[in-house]
Amino acid sequence: MTASAGERVFAETIEKDQRVEPRDWMPEGYRKTMIRQIAQHAHSEIIGMQPEGAWITRAPSLRRKAILLAKVQDEAGHGLYLYSAAETLGADRGDLTRRLIEGRQKYSSIFNYPTLTFADVGVIGWLVDGAAICNQVPLCRSSYGPYARAMIRICKEESFHQRQGYELLMTMMSGTPAQREMVQDATNRWWWPSLMMFGPPDADSPNSAQSMAWKIKRHSNDELRQRFVDMTVPQAEALGVTLPDPALRWNAERGQHDFGEIDWDEFKRVISGGGPLNAERIAHRRRADEEGAWVREAAAAHAAKRAEARA
Amino acid sequence: MSFDDDAYGALTDHDDDSRWAYGTGFADPMAGVPTAVPDDVDRADLAAYCLMLGDDVLVMSHRLQQWVTRAPELEDELALANIGLDLLGQARLLLTRAGEAEGAGRDEDALAYLRDPAGFRNVRLAERADADFAYLLARLLVFSCWRLPLLDRLVASRDPVLAAIGAKGVKEVTYHREYAAQWVVRLGDGTDLSHRRMQAAIDAVLPTAGELFRPHEVESRLAAAGVAVDPAALRPEFDEAITQVLDAATLSAPAGGEVSGGEMAGRAGRGRDGIHGPELTEILAEMQELARALPGGVW
Repeated sequence: MTASAGERVFAETIEKDQRVEPRDWMPEGYRKTMIRQIAQHAHSEIIGMQPEGAWITRAPSLRRKAILLAKVQDEAGHGLYLYSAAETLGADRGDLTRRLIEGRQKYSSIFNYPTLTFADVGVIGWLVDGAAICNQVPLCRSSYGPYARAMIRICKEESFHQRQGYELLMTMMSGTPAQREMVQDATNRWWWPSLMMFGPPDADSPNSAQSMAWKIKRHSNDELRQRFVDMTVPQAEALGVTLPDPALRWNAERGQHDFGEIDWDEFKRVISGGGPLNAERIAHRRRADEEGAWVREAAAAHAAKRAEARA
Repeated sequence: MSFDDDAYGALTDHDDDSRWAYGTGFADPMAGVPTAVPDDVDRADLAAYCLMLGDDVLVMSHRLQQWVTRAPELEDELALANIGLDLLGQARLLLTRAGEAEGAGRDEDALAYLRDPAGFRNVRLAERADADFAYLLARLLVFSCWRLPLLDRLVASRDPVLAAIGAKGVKEVTYHREYAAQWVVRLGDGTDLSHRRMQAAIDAVLPTAGELFRPHEVESRLAAAGVAVDPAALRPEFDEAITQVLDAATLSAPAGGEVSGGEMAGRAGRGRDGIHGPELTEILAEMQELARALPGGVW
């Protein structure tokens, strides 16, 4: 197929809301954008294992330990099939990992904040996974087929994660005053970073317009942020915690909640590497990669010997 | 309700389980299993035996949990977490059974979080720290090659709960043994470096395996009563499996040649008697820290 014929088919596929598949012709910009987005998402899953993973060995009951271990395992699984989706576009998992540990590709900044208490495990499920779901649900209809299909499974598991986080917080709120204080404190620390997960305001989001046109993205950052706020407010009430925003109130005229101004300076600082744990998260990932190199080399050498013996 | 219509709605629609990737209707392997302790079985012995087997997997699972986010490849992140989860699940059932048999009102968490090192009855193999990935695999191979025939025999236990735990565990540990064996072969037969590391790990771990096969008096009494497994009987199967893996991996048994004959653990004191190394103290300090810091907390 010539490029121009391919271009026509691609435009039609997008127009008709159908899926672009790996072997279809696609503009280089589309391919690059998809690889970047899927890789960032995969990196986020893998880096995102760290803040909660740190609590597995210290979980205060065996049931919570099992739930948390299963959750962190899910995140590894999400990373695995997202990297696989990126590979359908010609990327290579090892190369993407190198880009991550060399700081050439980003991951969600939310994981650069520390998990100070076990309540953070619950709040990450409730708010961080909740925000991720708001972001990701529309991606189940993203125009790139392998990504859209991966997102359906990921969203199902993320909604399970959100539910376990909320259930943990509900349980803690029925406990001792110290536990209730832990939940409120964790909510205070994670609320604003969760709102930042939707990215910069629409007016300041450079890649959004093209991604919307390609139907990679379906809703604007601000739309999704609003949806998250509206769904979270009643959950916070049911839980009995206060969201740390004095400007947060129902606006009957808009039929939505008003909320305060996000600290975009902090957002930019954390995105560009100045968050509390950016260096540590990457260093940890790099250490695992380096310490595992001899194992991967051995597996490759063994596979080569096997192949040679068969030939 | 579709995900696209309303994310929040889809999340709170609790009547529809089909959206969960794995479903929420897991079959409970213990459903319908009678929990009464047979009349002629000594309850104190049964409780002690369940603690031994439960502590083995609780502590081994902890070591696997410490590998999370550190595995050499993503597939191994998934596998190690999966094995850790299986063993944790077995530990929960065994500790719960120990509490039931004891009859003093202690549940799985009381037993896991409120005992000191001297109260733990796990084999020393489970608590050892892993110097590297090869060491972990050597431990996992030795543990699984011993545990699988043990669980297989436990299926015939006169205690219905232990029998059910055995049946569940056989399926799981069959996979664990396979996973460990495949990696030991890859590393043994991989590069010069991986061969050296795998051989060093085997040399360090295998000579400590003797403790796995020396029966504690509780095990002997309960084995005679048809409730427990006599660990001495597991030796031939263990030796055969290990030998097969070492051969395929181009590795050799440690000097002395006897695969399961090592007595080093015997000299150091036995885990089954509550004698442990500083490693278990470190594990429990980590595991129990939070649970003990907030007495009365609900989780």
